[in-house]
Amino acid sequence: MSSIAGSKSGLTWAVQISVVLLVALWLFPTVGLFISSFRTADQISTSGWWAALFTQEQNLVLRTANPDTQTQDGSLFVIEGNLFADNDEGAATISVWGVSSRAISDYVPGDTADMGDDGRITVQENGDYRLENDAAFEGSRGERVFVTAETPPKFTLDNYRHILLSGSTTDGMAKAFFNTLTVTIPATIIPIVIAAFAAYALAWMRFPGRALLIALVVGLLVVPLQLALIPLLRLHLGIGIGKGYLGVWLAHTGFGLPLAVYLLRNYMVGLPRDIIENAKVDGATDFQIFTRIILPLSFPALASFAIFQFLWTWNDLLVAKVFLIDATGETTVMTNQIVELLGTRGGNWEILATAAFVSIAVPLAVFFTMQRYLVRGLLAGSVK
Amino acid sequence: MNPAIQGLITIVVGVGGCLGYFYLSNQFLDRVLYPAKGPNAGRNINRANQIRPWLFLFPAIFALGLYLAYPVFETLRLSFTDRSAGGAFVGFDNYSQMAAEPKFWEAMKNNMLWLIVVPAASTAAGLLVAQLTDRISWGNIAKSLIFMPMAISFVGASVIFKLVYDTRAVDQDQIGVLNAVWLSFDGGAWAVIFLRLLPAAILLAFAAFMLYGIYLSLRPLIWGENERGKPAWWALPLRIVVAVGAAWLLWLSLNSIYSLFTVALPYGQPQTWLTIPFWNNFFLMVVLIWIQTGFAMVILSAALRGIPEETIEAAIIDGANPFDIFFKIKIPQIMGTIVVVWTTITLVVLKIFDIVFAMTNGQWETQVLANYMYDKLFRANDWGVGSAAAIVIMLLVTPILIWNVYNARKEMR
Repeated sequence: MSSIAGSKSGLTWAVQISVVLLVALWLFPTVGLFISSFRTADQISTSGWWAALFTQEQNLVLRTANPDTQTQDGSLFVIEGNLFADNDEGAATISVWGVSSRAISDYVPGDTADMGDDGRITVQENGDYRLENDAAFEGSRGERVFVTAETPPKFTLDNYRHILLSGSTTDGMAKAFFNTLTVTIPATIIPIVIAAFAAYALAWMRFPGRALLIALVVGLLVVPLQLALIPLLRLHLGIGIGKGYLGVWLAHTGFGLPLAVYLLRNYMVGLPRDIIENAKVDGATDFQIFTRIILPLSFPALASFAIFQFLWTWNDLLVAKVFLIDATGETTVMTNQIVELLGTRGGNWEILATAAFVSIAVPLAVFFTMQRYLVRGLLAGSVK
Repeated sequence: MNPAIQGLITIVVGVGGCLGYFYLSNQFLDRVLYPAKGPNAGRNINRANQIRPWLFLFPAIFALGLYLAYPVFETLRLSFTDRSAGGAFVGFDNYSQMAAEPKFWEAMKNNMLWLIVVPAASTAAGLLVAQLTDRISWGNIAKSLIFMPMAISFVGASVIFKLVYDTRAVDQDQIGVLNAVWLSFDGGAWAVIFLRLLPAAILLAFAAFMLYGIYLSLRPLIWGENERGKPAWWALPLRIVVAVGAAWLLWLSLNSIYSLFTVALPYGQPQTWLTIPFWNNFFLMVVLIWIQTGFAMVILSAALRGIPEETIEAAIIDGANPFDIFFKIKIPQIMGTIVVVWTTITLVVLKIFDIVFAMTNGQWETQVLANYMYDKLFRANDWGVGSAAAIVIMLLVTPILIWNVYNARKEMR
């Protein structure tokens, strides 16, 4: 289009570059959390996540091997080894090192440091050291060596192991994950069934008050669920449901219905009239028309709503806090667990990032596989 | 019982119950109540068909009534009662008690700020992305990536942005992106460009937009241009209200531009972004804008695709440049969709709870209505004031509710 008006290439390049920048800006925060979830607590607290992709300069405090590994070499007592291997660290390149916490950069690799009575130590670039002394080494621990090292990028799955498998009650997300799943699936399926029948009646059956009912559904679409919290909680406590799964399923069903009825009705109204009338002429009952013709044809709309309701119930915090989670906290869901972690583990980014990613992973998978239906539902739900 | 089994049973019972109810009630209607045979067969079929819609509708109406309609009235009733007095009727006491609390007015003020900034910023950003990605080959991938935050929960997004806003002492390496960027500014030329000129330009554009809005709303009053047909009785007050609101925003933005150039920025000191009063609201809003831009983009991009090509071709032949085409040809044609997007995001903003709850919990002057209400309800255990706050949210939603119902009815005719 703009080629007709001339100046195509300049503007196209400007557009391409600005889109790249916008996409990068939008992805940047999520990528940060994702990368952080694969770093150790030390790494996260000493450098920004953007540094994790490059070699980093790190200050490490390492110990030589225990005195009981010493060997005698003529009149000298010797301990040899590799600083990184002895301390279970990954390989790295030492740039400077020292033997006192006040002077950590006194020596370069290859130098020998004289520690007086404690002996002499020589450290090589790759961490190999040779500690020698005229008298036997004593004590139970090795000498401390302070090194400044270039460490290559290193990632770990330990955070996920801790969050998912350790069974720790405060940090663990495994139970919350299953609780969320338990809330989500019935709360997605039940409103679809109820809404589909109602949508069919509103779309294809004639009866007095139909227009009023549709207007009512449109009105209820925007009622803030904050209004429903107190009366419904009192109702649930009053009739004995209390706080629990049944209550939260019912609540999600009620809150999801207006959108479900609205979306499905709009879709069903658009189905060809001929099919339905032909079926009626052939003697099909409304129930048969609904189950045999309307439901299969409405699959795209059903899928759209199912995704909406799934994302919404999975990501919900308020409804779960009010209707589900009781004082024991046995039925906590992931969003609530994360909020609690924000309170108790505010600075432990390795735990927070991993927990958040565990909860984000499922909706993201659903999003990327079913995006087509999601977009279709959004368009049907708001452009109309 | 294991909740997973319990859930499975609920699905089976719930779905089976629904299907069974629909099937059996239809059977009952057709076989027992009004059988389509015998002397009254014709009349019976008609009667059955009058009742059938209500069989289909009953569960939905029951659930909607119990879970959405009834609570509106019950909340209204509760807002006039006092829990400590055993639920006695106390008139407007809860409302006056709420109006006397500074925290409530703080929440109102912040909510208004959210209502202005978030829908405007999300819609504008969504429109920008929709337009930019419209004609490039990898546009769909770009859109899908910008749309992605829609799938992330508000709580997850809060964690993501808490990391962005994280603060370390000045002698340590910053691990939050924002502070790392902030510390790279030292008051030199880049700082002037990015921290003073760029925001000033954005504010200036906003001020110009507001000026245009004032002009549009007052034009018929001053120059006496008549609208087509007879203006409705509410047109005049509405125009004045819009003009006054726009004038206030205009003054506000000009004032901010002035202070932008006079304020001394604390270069070189890491900031705890979420505790800076007033500005921390904007750092919370960024989270919602980040999420909602994708939504606005998807809808607006579909609307842009729906614009007839002829109108654009005609404009090009007449010598319009790309900016003219965008602002004078495309925007007017998708104005209806922009309004829909704007109102939809406004609804989300009015109910915003999770982000504030997870990030600041209303401390440092970031309270909003929904979180204020939650606070009253479940921490202070005061259902009277909590209900009153809920009713305030409902009142703010009501204009949109009426507008939606009005449009839906117009469309059905």
